[in-house]
Amino acid sequence: MRDRTLWTWHIGAGLVILVLLGLHMTIMHLSATLGFLGVADAEPTEWASVAARAGSLFFTLTYVLLLGAALYHGFYGFRNILMELDPGRTLRRVIDVGLSVVGLALFAFGTWAALAAPGAATMGG
Amino acid sequence: MTETTTRQVTFDVRRYEPGTDAEPHWESHRIDVLPGMTVLDGLWKVKELSAPSLAWRSSCRMGICGSCGMLINGRPRLACNTQIAELKSDVVAVAPLPNFSIIKDLVPDLRPMFETHRELMPYLIRDDVEEQDDPTREYWQTPHELEHYLQFSYCIKCGCCMAACPTVATDPQYAGPMPLGQAQRYDADSRDGGFAQRREALSGGRGPWRCHFAGECSQVCPKGVDPAKAIQLMKGEMVADLLRLRKRRAPAPLVEPPKGPRREEIPAAPERTVTEA
Repeated sequence: MRDRTLWTWHIGAGLVILVLLGLHMTIMHLSATLGFLGVADAEPTEWASVAARAGSLFFTLTYVLLLGAALYHGFYGFRNILMELDPGRTLRRVIDVGLSVVGLALFAFGTWAALAAPGAATMGG
Repeated sequence: MTETTTRQVTFDVRRYEPGTDAEPHWESHRIDVLPGMTVLDGLWKVKELSAPSLAWRSSCRMGICGSCGMLINGRPRLACNTQIAELKSDVVAVAPLPNFSIIKDLVPDLRPMFETHRELMPYLIRDDVEEQDDPTREYWQTPHELEHYLQFSYCIKCGCCMAACPTVATDPQYAGPMPLGQAQRYDADSRDGGFAQRREALSGGRGPWRCHFAGECSQVCPKGVDPAKAIQLMKGEMVADLLRLRKRRAPAPLVEPPKGPRREEIPAAPERTVTEA
């Protein structure tokens, strides 16, 4: 029942994206509304704001989680497209392994970028 | 135009004779059409007048047997259930159902669909096999429980949904809307206890996971069944089972039939026609 598990994770990743992308949109594109409500008063794209978020453990975790969820969701969908081309058994294995390796590599790189940002939470900034 | 006026309609029929034709080809036949004629009636007329070797499947002529599924003017339909007038065209293009190999002319090879259907166990799975073979009591089921699967049981296995499905068109592993819908029909039946067995039969690429929810299967179903809904319900049940959130239930218990005098408007059961072994 591997397909059932993969699909369940796909839906779970979609829900995570929905929440975290919603959070991103709210913070980055509703700054005027947030300011009006008294929740935030700084421009979200200013260096100080970006650095403050990078220094927050909460935001760092959400970046990594969103990256993982988006990569899994997108790569699973891409895999489905490729599988519908009816590849042979060997090619299916190559697709599975290839997409896993590329996805994990991108995740590792993205995670490193989030953690290594100036003032990032894990750098003690 | 009065009720009895005829008009001329061109039937473009896709022909294919295995062993003779390298590729399917189109043939045009012009026939007189009366109001009320179905596409099936038109095909009989074409066969009678100009194409005696034309082959198709049909039987009941009333949309019940599911034999005459064809691609009519680009849409999978039952030939017996489609009025020529409703097509609103002077050209009726008839081809065999897509996504199946062709046996001859308009006859699709439905065997792969029925083999998958059988593999997904479209019947009640219970421990009391003897009771099913020789019933002594009734399985208890409420009208509400009946509603969970009733619409899926209207399926006549015509194959129109399979012909319309974009995933079936590209993915030979995928079971398709008819077998999946019928598997869900039994999974949703409170008398059934075969969810775990069907879950195993649905592993791999044949399961519901490749469904894109295009919804074409439900659009074309001549009986108004909603296989797309059945597949989404199946996904939900299987995910709930994975997360251990699915309500486990025992198959419906056996109960004595209601006692008392028979209502007058309900006729008595006929005599048994099968003798005891």
